[in-house]
Amino acid sequence: MSWDNAYESLTEEHDVSGHWAFGTGFADALAGVGHDVPADVDRAELAAYCVMLGDDALVFAQRLSEWCSNAPELEEDVALANIALDLLGQARMLLTRAGEVDPTVRPAAAPEHVPDEDALAYFRDERAFRNVRMVEQEPGDFAETVARLLVFGCWRLALFERLAGSRDPVLSAIAAKGVKELAYHRDHAAQWALRLGDGTEFSRERMRAGLDRVWPFVAELFTPHPVETRLAEAGVAVDPAELRSTVDDVLDRVLVAAGLPRPETPALPAAAGLAGRHGVHTEPMGYLLAEMQHIARSHPAAVW
Amino acid sequence: MNETRSAWPLWEVFVRGKRGLNHVHVGSLHAPDAEMAVRNARDLYTRRNEGVSIWVVPAAEITASSPDEKDPFFAPSGDKVYRHPTFYAIPDDVPHL
Amino acid sequence: MTERAELAASPGRETPEREIEELERRFQRTVDAEQRIEPRDWMPEAYRRTLVRQIAQHAHSEIIGMQPEGNWITRAPSLRRKAILLAKVQDEAGHGLYLYAATETLGADREDLTRRLVDGRQKYSSIFNYPTPTFADVGVIGWLVDGAAICNQVPLCRTSYGPYARAMIRICKEESFHQRQGYELLMTMMRGSAEQRAMVQDAVDRWWWPSLMMFGPPDDASTNTEQSMRWRIKRHTNDELRQKFVDMTVPQAEKLGVTLPDPQLRWNAERGHHDFGQPDWDEFWRVVKGDGPCNAQRVAHRRRAHEDGAWVREAAAAYARKRAGDAGGTGRAARTEGAA
Repeated sequence: MSWDNAYESLTEEHDVSGHWAFGTGFADALAGVGHDVPADVDRAELAAYCVMLGDDALVFAQRLSEWCSNAPELEEDVALANIALDLLGQARMLLTRAGEVDPTVRPAAAPEHVPDEDALAYFRDERAFRNVRMVEQEPGDFAETVARLLVFGCWRLALFERLAGSRDPVLSAIAAKGVKELAYHRDHAAQWALRLGDGTEFSRERMRAGLDRVWPFVAELFTPHPVETRLAEAGVAVDPAELRSTVDDVLDRVLVAAGLPRPETPALPAAAGLAGRHGVHTEPMGYLLAEMQHIARSHPAAVW
Repeated sequence: MNETRSAWPLWEVFVRGKRGLNHVHVGSLHAPDAEMAVRNARDLYTRRNEGVSIWVVPAAEITASSPDEKDPFFAPSGDKVYRHPTFYAIPDDVPHL
Repeated sequence: MTERAELAASPGRETPEREIEELERRFQRTVDAEQRIEPRDWMPEAYRRTLVRQIAQHAHSEIIGMQPEGNWITRAPSLRRKAILLAKVQDEAGHGLYLYAATETLGADREDLTRRLVDGRQKYSSIFNYPTPTFADVGVIGWLVDGAAICNQVPLCRTSYGPYARAMIRICKEESFHQRQGYELLMTMMRGSAEQRAMVQDAVDRWWWPSLMMFGPPDDASTNTEQSMRWRIKRHTNDELRQKFVDMTVPQAEKLGVTLPDPQLRWNAERGHHDFGQPDWDEFWRVVKGDGPCNAQRVAHRRRAHEDGAWVREAAAAYARKRAGDAGGTGRAARTEGAA
């Protein structure tokens, strides 16, 4: 790098493809993947399913990104940002797939020039979001975030391992890529659960309390929505009820190793039988969306 | 809280850029133990896919050669070994480091 | 204090003065020959001290610099911009870590440096004491602030201290992407609505003068420049770097379609450079001394994150001690194949 052409030298020797902003692009994961929807599959239901899984990732990425510059150590700032970036990447692919298979999934409020992923993320109202309620909760302290990441990571990894066999080629490819990412998320959370559980008396208490706060949202993860059930029968989706024993098994092993009791806090009831998959959320969700969406909605004619 | 007790030790990080190359020293980081050091190294030093394999070694466990006549100059107390020899030169053929 | 620091702190302990003079001559010859000084080499104590201060301030700047842009991660108006911004702020944490590691080769301790930062005993770049009220600030920080940082940092890739130079090479490569994403965001916004164009111009108006201040006070008011130049830990004067930045930025501003808020800014064919006005140096010194719009907020944020995390760091350290006790040994190496 010479001084005389400081700027020019910066553009030299760079392999731009894939090395800038790790996790910001997603074209590669789907390179060479067919985009045809199997003929017998209901496109509206497939789109709805992509939105469910996409919203889980989007909303959790939003919460995890709140840690950036607030983590217990700089190395952990970097790690949590990586996890948030992985989930954000999954969300973008899933929301894009939803818009691709069923254009009517786009909210009417979204301006035409906005891509599907942003139309869905920024121009839907709360009742149209289909994420499980666990991911929308405020982050809490580091132990609570670790507890949520552990449970969510175990669950989504088990789900994506099966989803890799989906008859929808795009879902299958997204899941195959996601499995590697989620295995890392789960392990990262498990490593921290061990350290907090078997660290100091104080950390053990925080970890126990964090698990207690996350536990009421666990049952919902395994409660199928009718769309999930039907698409699972069609070989496209995964029936979350089938994941219970796998997830329980992994969680039990981590909890035993960490010397932590299995929480006994009761499941959070649904509202009139409706929960996240039906678009009925807990109160923190509205604030999360207000923050996430307000710039995009304040400037509908803008391009970013 | 006692800061000295909670400070994490320093680890030296070595990355294999691609198959067929040696592990090369890329820098250091703090971590409470070896497993977390590997995780942190993956996030910090390979987040642009710069490597296929990582080694971490406690900085305090590294023994360096005594300075000898090949060094341009050297400490009079040449028997003392400095503990933190990080950021060794990286060969040009290791990509993206 | 590490063994290395003890040694370096008292080089004369067992060394005759004549020998020190000879070591200093050899040190300077090495520097003059554009060779790198490496951690285990003898170095003058003042060189070591100056470097630790300079690199630590740079590291602190990266870490504090996460905040003004991090302010926009949860509100970024597209998912692509959100991902880019998160990756960028993450890079800044990484840059801080590379630089703290470089200070540790000089015997400094990151925990101690962090303590100095959160106690307000060590400085960071004053540019981060300005607020980011609109999303255009994200683009302008990338273009002007990262651009000025690159001007400052590219020469440091050839600085005399090896670990610092190598950290700077890595950082400069990543910074160049930061600058380009900022400029690209601004170009996109300038092609958008009239409201967006006004937003960009407003941000340029607010960041232009603080960006010029990033190069430090004018040469005649700058201390230590001469010694630092002799040691090659500074390679150009503040005014040289500032001129370079202005000359590079003016055509970029024209292409973007924004006006730089300096009525004195014009091309001087005789000099082959742009003439430009002086920033408000009184403001500069006020912000340096702690009286900027965000000084208190930035330091309080860092202190809170550090102190809130203490129990987590302590728990991990306690766990590691238990494990080391179980295994009957202290540290051990680890490796992973195919993990990256």
